[in-house]
Amino acid sequence: MNENLKKAPFSAQINLSKFNMQDFEKATDEEKRQQEVMGESTTFFKDSMRRLRKNPLAMLSIVILALLLLVIIFAPLVIPYGYADIVKGTANLHPMEYSTSELKQIANGESVFPHLFGTDSLGRDYFIRVVYGARVSLGVGIFASILVLAIGMLYGSISGYLGGKVDLVMMRIVDIIYSLPDMLLIILLAVVLNETLTPLIEGTILAKLGTNMIALFIVFGLLYWVGMARLIRGQILTIKQNEYVLAAQCIGTSTARTIRRHILPNCLSVIIITTALQIPSAIFTESYLSFLGLGVSAPMPSLGSLANDARAGMMTYPERLLFPAFAICLIVLALNLLGDGLRDAFDPKLSK
Amino acid sequence: MTKYVVKRVLLAFVTIIVISLITFFAMNAIPGGPFNKEKAVNEAVIKQLEARYNLDKPLWEQYILYMKNLAHGDFGVSLKNNREISDIFAESFPISARIGLIAAVIAIISGIVLGSIAALMRNKWPDRVIIFFITIVTSMPSFVVATLLLYYFCMVLGMFQAFSAGQNMTLLPVIALSLSPMAYITRLTKTSMLDALGQDYIRTAKAKGVSPRKVIFVHGLRNALIPVITYVGPMIAGILTGSMVVEAIFNLGGLGSKFVSAITNRDYTLIMATTIFLATVMVIANLLTDIVYKIVDPRIKLD
Repeated sequence: MNENLKKAPFSAQINLSKFNMQDFEKATDEEKRQQEVMGESTTFFKDSMRRLRKNPLAMLSIVILALLLLVIIFAPLVIPYGYADIVKGTANLHPMEYSTSELKQIANGESVFPHLFGTDSLGRDYFIRVVYGARVSLGVGIFASILVLAIGMLYGSISGYLGGKVDLVMMRIVDIIYSLPDMLLIILLAVVLNETLTPLIEGTILAKLGTNMIALFIVFGLLYWVGMARLIRGQILTIKQNEYVLAAQCIGTSTARTIRRHILPNCLSVIIITTALQIPSAIFTESYLSFLGLGVSAPMPSLGSLANDARAGMMTYPERLLFPAFAICLIVLALNLLGDGLRDAFDPKLSK
Repeated sequence: MTKYVVKRVLLAFVTIIVISLITFFAMNAIPGGPFNKEKAVNEAVIKQLEARYNLDKPLWEQYILYMKNLAHGDFGVSLKNNREISDIFAESFPISARIGLIAAVIAIISGIVLGSIAALMRNKWPDRVIIFFITIVTSMPSFVVATLLLYYFCMVLGMFQAFSAGQNMTLLPVIALSLSPMAYITRLTKTSMLDALGQDYIRTAKAKGVSPRKVIFVHGLRNALIPVITYVGPMIAGILTGSMVVEAIFNLGGLGSKFVSAITNRDYTLIMATTIFLATVMVIANLLTDIVYKIVDPRIKLD
């Protein structure tokens, strides 16, 4: 080989001049694969899932959430009432009560589906309204969290990976957005969009969702991602400094592969935990807005607006307040416990 | 340090400007001026009215005028009842501030006490009870807490003369407002207390023969409280927004309930002024928190 290469004394370097080209052979694909130091990335996931299954509170909340989801999905198929259906003469029933006309029907041998939670002041079945309210609240929570995750992850990883001046500018913007009072701006935007958007979206699917919900999503998309972006940027900054990233770069791994195989899997725990905990906070925001009368537009119910409507008749119909309030608490509690469980399972370092 | 303070003050200033810009232009995006009534008004009268309130000038000029007036404490006039907004603030903000401050103090004190107990009795029953209670509390929105309190105390137990009490009612709104920040502070204190008690200097102090009480209160708690300080700013912001529903539920007549009724009445000038006012209070609270944090904990790097 290269004759000019001089072997230093006591060096462990192989004297290549003793070999011919024929002494070398190309590595087979199998041998190349042996050089992959990374284990299967599923093991991390499996490992975390194993830890999660050992957490009784997290498992209990998964069961509760699964049951809730089943009820939310299948109750409207079973129950013959709609959330906006006004049944004449059945206003203001207590749970499991029948109106006089319904009693007559039962006396005639017809079957009448019981009002599990009673009816509201307009004669709408309250159980189905709570079910739809939970649908709206959960849906808003999940979609808002996905929105936050998508924007935050993109922004955070760009800022963290590029670093330098780009990072500085991007993070100053985040600082400013972070210090804006989110709730006030949501309220403000909900008020403004209510006036400006209503004529624009009339007749479309968006109209059913209502301008307030659009405002909510816009504000989540504009403001709430900053927390996620900061978190992911911080993660990427620390992970970038790890030896295995350096090692990957040394053996010539491409940037895309470094990010995909070495950096993102290590961010995953933080991403999962934060998203899981983002859902209950989005549900809180939605119910809070609905309570102020800035939530989904009537007759579509949400748990917050149901609780708000119930305040007027609180003396005689306390159950109308208790059912949606209990539903919010149950959903948020289960999601919080699940989030805590995920945190303990996916990031054991954080739990202490 | 001075550099840091200057930087934070500048950031706070920019934030307030951004908020006022968003608020002003968002509010101006609403179609229909304040003088477009259902009854047709004389064109000349509208012109004159618009000139009187500077509405004929370009938007950016209106904004500068608005900010100039704000700097002089002139928030304009409420659209609904023609009252000076600064008068409304002067009358309602003290009510909110009083309830909010009491709630903040109660939240901080009880949160620190509960968190320390939970940390010191880790994995024993007091810790379990406290954490259980905290988990339940964090999953209840403040309006649920407030309505349930109102229902049970006023209607079931017949106490406090529900709606007549108005401004004099303190206990229930304070409980409703302080529960969730208290829960957060308890968690924070517990983790940072456990963290502090695991430090080397605690072992050194114990090895030197310092009494357990002194170890806990002087060496442990004092260091554990530093993270709690960071939460004070966000807590004040949370209490201010939380007080909107709580005040509305208890009919207190504070700034929060004024804001809620402004939303329902579509009283745009009042919404705009209240947003800017509350946002400024929150930004200043955050600013002071950050600065105090840096002063208290010299270990933090000044970047």
